Amino acid sequence: MTRRSVVTGIGVVVPGGANREEFWSRIVAGKPAIRRISRFDPGAYRSQIAAECDFDPAEYGLAPQVIRRTDRFVQMALASADEAVRDAGLDLAATDADRIGVSLGSAVGATIRLEDEYVVASDHGRAWTVDENHLMPFMYQQLVPSSAATELAVRYGAHGPAAVISTGCTSGIDSIGHAHGLIQDGEADVVIAGASDAPISPITVACFDAIRATTPRNDEPELASRPFDAGRQGFVLGEGSAVLIVEELEHARARGARIYCEVSGYAARANGFHMTGLRPDGFELGEAISETVAQSGITAEDIGYISAHGSGTKQNDRHETAAYKRALGDTVRKIPISSIKSVVGHSLGAIGSIEMAACALVIERGIIPPTANLTDPDPECDLDYTPLVSREARVDHALSAGSGFGGFQSAMVFSRIEP
Amino acid sequence: MPVITGIGVVAPTGVGVAEHWRNSLAGTARIAPISAPEPPAPTDGSASSADRDLPISVAGEVAGFTHTEFVANRLAVQTDRWTWMALAATEMALTDADLDPRREVPMDLSVVTASGSGGNAFGQREIQALWRDGPRTVSAYQSIGWFYAASSGQISIRHQLKGACGVLVADGAGGIDAVAQARRLIRRGSSAVVAGGTEAPLSPYALACQSSVATLHRGADPALAYRPFAAGASGYVPGEGGAMLVLEAAHRARGRTARVYAEIAGTASTHDAHHPSEPAADHRQLARAMRTALDRAGVSPDEIGVVFADGAGDPLGDRREAAAISEVFGGRRVPVTVPKTMTGRLCSGAAALDLAWAALALRHDVVPPTVNVDPADAAAAGLDLVTEAREGAGLRAALVVARGVGGFNAAAVLTAPAV
Repeated sequence: MTRRSVVTGIGVVVPGGANREEFWSRIVAGKPAIRRISRFDPGAYRSQIAAECDFDPAEYGLAPQVIRRTDRFVQMALASADEAVRDAGLDLAATDADRIGVSLGSAVGATIRLEDEYVVASDHGRAWTVDENHLMPFMYQQLVPSSAATELAVRYGAHGPAAVISTGCTSGIDSIGHAHGLIQDGEADVVIAGASDAPISPITVACFDAIRATTPRNDEPELASRPFDAGRQGFVLGEGSAVLIVEELEHARARGARIYCEVSGYAARANGFHMTGLRPDGFELGEAISETVAQSGITAEDIGYISAHGSGTKQNDRHETAAYKRALGDTVRKIPISSIKSVVGHSLGAIGSIEMAACALVIERGIIPPTANLTDPDPECDLDYTPLVSREARVDHALSAGSGFGGFQSAMVFSRIEP
Repeated sequence: MPVITGIGVVAPTGVGVAEHWRNSLAGTARIAPISAPEPPAPTDGSASSADRDLPISVAGEVAGFTHTEFVANRLAVQTDRWTWMALAATEMALTDADLDPRREVPMDLSVVTASGSGGNAFGQREIQALWRDGPRTVSAYQSIGWFYAASSGQISIRHQLKGACGVLVADGAGGIDAVAQARRLIRRGSSAVVAGGTEAPLSPYALACQSSVATLHRGADPALAYRPFAAGASGYVPGEGGAMLVLEAAHRARGRTARVYAEIAGTASTHDAHHPSEPAADHRQLARAMRTALDRAGVSPDEIGVVFADGAGDPLGDRREAAAISEVFGGRRVPVTVPKTMTGRLCSGAAALDLAWAALALRHDVVPPTVNVDPADAAAAGLDLVTEAREGAGLRAALVVARGVGGFNAAAVLTAPAV
């Protein structure tokens, strides 16, 4: 018999939301948490705004030594994982540690630490060789981001399979997909699964400037993230983390856990076209969506909500609209769709898990969060992108789509499960 | 069950499977004095001084690799050396498998790589440009050249592998996780998956970061630098390169009468969950990974003809591994080899290269040797260490063991193809 996986815990750290409930309030209100970059002086950059978290790891109970040896993306992952474990009511001492896995997505790992330390060790890039004596300890743990999976495994004593999943901007869907696969195949009963990224550093801002992917709308930060709107000018870089407890259904039932939803379908495809470019027909994303929906055993009519990739680049928004039409036919015109990136920005690999957290909460709470700033829809994005205001609706199946550099396209369905 | 039908190697032991295997059997040690760091051509034409020593004196470099033989200039400027090696290894693996992706259904093909530290030299060059010359000097390719998914993305695009593509980060254990993911994909219907990993960790900043690892060997004598299980073991030497493998469902390989090296009969991953940099207190999780891989393969320890050990190269790590082998194999002194003594440890390329060695050993019924270790030392550790190529042992199954910094353990059982 096929093993089924369900979501039993959720933890979130996002811009404008220090925990799950603040996250939920924020996205339902559709109030963008975007501002001028405060971590460094962004004056020399084309895009000077970001969706920043007011995140202090000490406030989340992380010990000084943990804070010293970890990058911000690991700290956020630990903070959201703590919340998820608590939310799941998971008694770690009573759970077979050999059967607990870790699957953490991250697109760019310890970028901030790597850059900050490089600047010191190289004296602002003076020489090609650098002085190791001016580096902080634990630099290997910054160099290889698998250390994030290790930190989670160590914190919860998880002896099952552990890895970081790093497929760029689909990492956060793929990491939950990986957890789903581990559970289906009997390799774990519980997986601490999610994604985290903290990319707001000079090098990341500069690299997106160089390809004009991020918006230059610096004077009105809160209006700058405008997925599907004719006035959009690119995405807004963000940071954050979401961790879900993904658990085998019978394991969750046996311990009387509250179940948010089932991971009922997951598929990924690659466009084989371009590292950053998307063909307007949305073919491969459409294939990923069709396969995911088929795995879930549902049809387009059953989908109550779509969490869009909705990055707010013209290329993405049109590609994605085409993919929905291709995969779901005319039915898609009746499905509410929204992009919470309008509120929390685009946190690269993390956002996929943050959007899956939103899907789980939408199913539980029956409210569709809106797409903020969608005042003047792009005529080519002519689906119901839930502009500005949230709506009440019973949702039994929520679909999420993700698209990223490398040409990777992923889709996942969460489904209500009867208790 | 998936089988290996193609092998592509870019390693200190050789470029291409023939040269690699010839040098491996001859026990050609390729750990050598490390080349002086050559700064890349600066974008602004100014000189970039190289005025410090590197933290290490010897390493495993791929001397014979000319990336322009495999990567067009237009693509080379967009990618790091680590991706060049992955592209080259993939091309050779597909040729070796006689598999032309153009004659296949693109969405039935995938690539899964293990990633470690990403595009090190590329990233350092761009961060240097940013901090020395300003944000506008950062390359438009930084956003696609450095991140951990770059190799999988480029391989997918180059060869039109449009199924689910993956990137797993688990330090030195990642190569086995990548193959495990490939098995999952094949079980779910993929026809062929290119899986493996490469690493290019010898650029100055990446080496400076590695200097935080206590067991990094800093001596100058290549023959004394990396001697796992030796009485005087004094750490490890990093190397570059890795391998890519073509995996196919056995029935499909038979159907097209492909040459089969070996079957991937079982894999398993565990985590010590002890501390991010200190070794675990015992060998329990390492032994469990080995036992679980054997169980999943349906192979008993008695059937294993050789163990490709992880060979940490430090006394504590070696002792733990020897204890795990002795626990799993009981009183039997199973032949053990660590051919990576010829190359150094390749991080995410390491386990992929060990899988390639194991597949070649099964195909040719020869065990490649461990170099620079006195077998009497290993005997004292309770191991039958293979220090000369051992032929005609009637090899039917091999166990590959891999570990990663932080506590990752993985094991894979490969079996000779049914005659």
